[in-house]
Amino acid sequence: MLSLLEQIIPSSTVALIIFATLPLALIAVYALFAIWLERKVSAHIQDRLGPMRVGGWHGWAQTIADMLKLIQKEDIIPTNASRFLFKMAPFVLFAASYAAFSVIPFSSAYIGSSINIGVFYLLAVTSLLTLSVLMGSWASNNKWSLLGGMRTAAQMVSYEVPTIMSVLSVLVVAGSLNLMTVTEMQAGNDVMGFLPNWLIFQNPFLLVAFVIFFISIVAESHRVPFDLPESESELVAGFQTEYSGMRWGIFMLAEYADMLLLSLLGAVLFFGGWASPFGEFLSGPIWGFIWIMLKGMLFVFVMMWMRWTLPRYRVDQLMEICWSFLIPISFVNFVLIALWEMIF
Amino acid sequence: MVHVLKKSWTTFKTIFTGMGVTMRHLFKPAVTLRYPEERDELPAGARSKLYVNIGDCIGCKLCERACPVNCIEIETVQATKDVDLGKTSTGNPKRFFLTDFVIDMSKCMYCDMCVPPCPTECIKMVPEYEYSDYDRNNLLFQFSEMSENEVTEVKEKAAKEKEEKRKKKKEAAKKKKAKKSAKASKSKQNKSED
Ligand code: SF4
Ligand code: SF4
Repeated sequence: MLSLLEQIIPSSTVALIIFATLPLALIAVYALFAIWLERKVSAHIQDRLGPMRVGGWHGWAQTIADMLKLIQKEDIIPTNASRFLFKMAPFVLFAASYAAFSVIPFSSAYIGSSINIGVFYLLAVTSLLTLSVLMGSWASNNKWSLLGGMRTAAQMVSYEVPTIMSVLSVLVVAGSLNLMTVTEMQAGNDVMGFLPNWLIFQNPFLLVAFVIFFISIVAESHRVPFDLPESESELVAGFQTEYSGMRWGIFMLAEYADMLLLSLLGAVLFFGGWASPFGEFLSGPIWGFIWIMLKGMLFVFVMMWMRWTLPRYRVDQLMEICWSFLIPISFVNFVLIALWEMIF
Repeated sequence: MVHVLKKSWTTFKTIFTGMGVTMRHLFKPAVTLRYPEERDELPAGARSKLYVNIGDCIGCKLCERACPVNCIEIETVQATKDVDLGKTSTGNPKRFFLTDFVIDMSKCMYCDMCVPPCPTECIKMVPEYEYSDYDRNNLLFQFSEMSENEVTEVKEKAAKEKEEKRKKKKEAAKKKKAKKSAKASKSKQNKSED
């Protein structure tokens, strides 16, 4: 992809910049679509219609209108806030999610950086999210924010353990940290003759690993039922209480970007990434992109669906789920997967 | 471990039950009414805006008295002898000019108490609910159809008639008195003549 761009565009710097901003364009379009979809899904689950007015067909331009509104809003900074940290927090959050996109293989022809410590890099970079949440909450000079921020940090740090354990289980089977390699080995179609080569079908214990992974990515991207960071019923709006206008908008965008990132990671690790479910049929760079986005959006949709079904967990329940259920199960499961790999 | 598995099983079972319910609702038709384009049929007896068919009002002020928040204001003037106000559509004779009939819909609480007492059934609720306004004064609904000149004319006339009546009464009383006194003096004279 980069070489193709370099051929079209004379300056290699410009080509590099375009190459690097492609995921940004993707995230922007996806976020506009996902926020609209979230509203539609929530509305239809509650037998409503949702946005119908702006832009004609089913209010498709509602999010754009909201974004324009957010840009115009006053940018409020509390009096005794630590101004620099306060201003930086949303950008650190977004930068952390965006940086992680660089190792996601979007199609067989596009991956930001095919480094061979891909997954490790991704997990390391996303842990910066915790930092930005703490930054924002501490800098707001507001107890509610601080409480919300501490809770969020606790949640994200805890859920990193099961996430990493389930990712490790995949890596034991895949034998590589490079996400491109992990995807490539899942192409093709011969588990039991017809199923695609996806890791989820290759090993019964990987199904358990996937369930654990899914639960923990929901918690990592702080979505319901683990949306304690927002917690509007207990802590006003958690760590983002003091944020307004586009700064808040960036938090929102980062939440959606995070959702997509972790969903794509799930698709790559368990569902073959850009690999087509029909073997050679409908495969190729463009189709690959469509497949991975479809798989990612499916997870995003499930997260939305869950959001409108389940109530929020209490903070102690949240911790209990993590420490007394997910972590022990994921460790046992990890050992079982390793044994399975040794035997077969 | 057994406990953990058991608890996980219940959790997943309940989660999937709930998700099944929401999935079913995802494909149900929405109940939303897209308001300005579509409107709901109001049920019979819905309470909304008050309307007075002023041609049928006999000025009995029963509605004014029935209203618990005093938002109806009626002023009537008795018709003079020389005018005939006609009859209402229900056959009651009208005896009052309605010089003022105001309903303050900003105060009205839609209790419907003013409607049943009306003997001619001319005050009623009409199915119209979109009359919100930026100015409270626009919610003062004036039903009287008389112009200011007419009102003053009628009032003067009524006052004159009243005055005349009073005069007549007075005169009659005077005459009576005079008669009486005349009688009395006559009898006195008779007595003195005795
Ligand atoms: S509906 Fe009730 S509050 Fe309104 S005018 Fe009639 S009596 Fe008064
Ligand atoms: S009760 Fe009816 S007739 Fe009597 S004053 Fe009110 S509206 Fe007129």
